[in-house]
Amino acid sequence: MALKYTNDHECIHVEGDVAWVGITKYAQEALGDLVYVELPEIGKKAEKGKSVAVVESVKTAAEVYSPVDGEVIAANDAMPGDLELISKPVTQGGWIAKIRMSNPAQLSGLMDEGDYQSFLKSLD
Amino acid sequence: MSANPKIVPMISDPVSSPPPRGLMYEESLLWEKERSDHPGVDLPQPAGVKLRTGQPARGDIGLHQVSEPQAVRHFVRMSTWNYSIDHGFFPLGSCTMKHNPRLNEKMARLPGFAHIHPKQPQSTVQGALKLMYELQNWLAELTNLPGVCLTPAAGAHGELAGLMTIRRAHEMKGQGHRKIVLTPDSSHGTNPATAVMCGYEVRSIPTKENGRLSVEKFKEALYATSPDGSDVAGMMVTNPNTCGLFEMHIQEIADLLHKAGGYFYCDGANFNALVGKVRPGDFGVDVMHINLHKTFSTPHGGGGPGSGPICTSAELAPYIPVPTVVKEGDSYKLQTEEDRPETMGQLKGFQGQFGMHVRALAYMLSHGADGLKQVSEDAVLNANYILSRLKDDYHVPYEGPCMHECLLTDKTQKESGVTTLDIAKALCENGYHPMTVYFPLVLPGTMLIEPTETESKESIDKFITVMKGFAEDVRQGDTEKFHDYPLNTPRRRLDEVKAARSPVLRWK
Repeated sequence: MALKYTNDHECIHVEGDVAWVGITKYAQEALGDLVYVELPEIGKKAEKGKSVAVVESVKTAAEVYSPVDGEVIAANDAMPGDLELISKPVTQGGWIAKIRMSNPAQLSGLMDEGDYQSFLKSLD
Repeated sequence: MSANPKIVPMISDPVSSPPPRGLMYEESLLWEKERSDHPGVDLPQPAGVKLRTGQPARGDIGLHQVSEPQAVRHFVRMSTWNYSIDHGFFPLGSCTMKHNPRLNEKMARLPGFAHIHPKQPQSTVQGALKLMYELQNWLAELTNLPGVCLTPAAGAHGELAGLMTIRRAHEMKGQGHRKIVLTPDSSHGTNPATAVMCGYEVRSIPTKENGRLSVEKFKEALYATSPDGSDVAGMMVTNPNTCGLFEMHIQEIADLLHKAGGYFYCDGANFNALVGKVRPGDFGVDVMHINLHKTFSTPHGGGGPGSGPICTSAELAPYIPVPTVVKEGDSYKLQTEEDRPETMGQLKGFQGQFGMHVRALAYMLSHGADGLKQVSEDAVLNANYILSRLKDDYHVPYEGPCMHECLLTDKTQKESGVTTLDIAKALCENGYHPMTVYFPLVLPGTMLIEPTETESKESIDKFITVMKGFAEDVRQGDTEKFHDYPLNTPRRRLDEVKAARSPVLRWK
C-alpha cells in the first residue's frame, strides 16, 4: 500500500491493521538536524491528532501527531541513538512508532502522495 | 593589633589564563588560577577564642584565595565578554531591550528603599508601602484593570499568576470543569506552557494566513468541542502580537469569549507599543501581566531581576495573590489571606522584587503620563522606520504598518543559501546583538526587530545600512563569507547540533 500523509507532515505506511508513523522530508528540512527523539511507551493509547512522539532539533521541538486512533505497539528504539534514521524511508528504519489501529477507516481522511505534493506547493 | 581588616596588595598576577588577543582577554575560572597562600584580606588572628566543637578558630576551608585586584580583574574581564544595551543596539524583538535610566538606579539606592528588610514592622516602612501602592495605581490606570498584584517575579511568573487567577475564579464560581485554553500559534512559548502547568489543555488557533487572529478561526477553536464554548476556560493572547501587529478584531473576539464564559488573559510582553495610548481593559482584557523589565525600563537580562506584576478586572481582583497594598486612612498596609479569603494565596516570598518597583515608579514619574505616551509613539515610529527602509531588501510577510517591532524573513536571501542564522551571525561580526531569530514560529526564517524608543535616528540608520549591506552582498553573489561569520568574536560559530546531541555539562 502506498504511503499516506497528514497536513502536519507525518507519513504513514500501513501493514494490515498497523500504521507505521514517520515524518516527511519536508518536516525534516524545516526542523534541521535532529538532536533528540522522544518515543512513546509501548501500550500507550494513540488518539488521532494528539501527540504520540516529540522530535527535537536545535531550532525547535515539534510534536509528532498520531494520524489514527489506536495503541502504540512498537517504538523505534534505535532512533535516539542514530538520529540519521529519521531520513530513511518509513519502511526502512525511518519509522518512529507503530500503531495498531482501532478505526482503520480514518485512513481514508489522509492524503496520498499527489495530494501531499500539491499541499506542499500551497504552503509556499 | 589593628582591628580593621587590611587590603593585601597584589604580589604577582598568578593568572594562568591564555594570553589575550589584542584587548580581548581569555579568562580562566578562579579555581584554575595558580593557588596562592595569600588571603585577599588579612584579618587579625582572634586571640583566645575556642570553638565548642574543637576546631581551630580559623582553619583552611579550601576556598581559593585571591587578592582584591585579582578578583576585580577576573570579573571585569568576564564582563567584557558580555553584550548589553549599555554596549549598543540590542534589537531583540519581543524582549524590549531599552535603556535603564540611571536616575532609577539612584532612586533605588536611597537608604530608605535599599536598607530596609521585608520583615520590618509595616509601621516603619510606610514610605516603601506607599511607593508600592502608587505603582499599583499607575498600573491600574494605564491598563484600566483595577486589581493589581506586584509580587510575580518575572514575566512567566506573571503569566502563571494570571492564569491561576482565572482558574481560581472558575473554581470559585463552580466552573472548574472548563479545561481548554486557546492560544494563537504565534504566541510566546510560555503561554501554552503556563496553560499546561495550570492543568489546562491547549488549543492552538492558526494565524499564519494574515498574521492576525481572525474571528472565523477563533470561533472554530472556541466551539470546537462544545456548541456554546462552555468547556473553554480562557484565551491567552499577546497584543500587539508576536508578528508586531495589532489584533484588529480583538474586541469582537473578547466579546465572544466572554459570552462563552471564558476569561481573556493578555500577555503584556508587548505593552511597550500601547502604554499611554490604549488601555487593555478597554479591549476586553480580564487579566494581564506587565513586564516592568521591558515596558518600564528596569534592568533586563543578566538576572535583572525581572518583575511581572499582574493587573485584573474588578471581577477577578478578589482572587489575585497576596500580599497587595491597601491604604487605610493615612497609612498603608499589606493585605494577607485573612483580609482577602478568596485569594489564591501567596505565590512569592515577601512583596516581590521591591527594588524593581522603585525603578519602575521612578521611570513613570520621570516621564509623566505624556512622556509614557511618547515612549510608545517613538517605539512604534522607530519600528516602522526600519520596516519601511528594509522592505525592499528583505521579505516582509505581513504588510505594515507594524507596532513596536517589525517582522522580516530570509525568504529572498535563502534562495542564495544565506539564512536567518547567517544574517544573525553577520550582525555579531558587525558589533550588533542579533534580532530575535526563528520566532515567531508561524513562518520559516523569521527575524523580529524591536528598536525601542531608546535608539536615535543615527543609530537606527547605521543598523539599516549594515542590514542593507548584507542584502546587497547576497544580491552580488558574495555569500561564502556569511557561512564563516562571526570571525572576530571570542568564540567562532559553534557546532550547535553536536552541542545539543552530546552536551558537555561541566567546565573542562
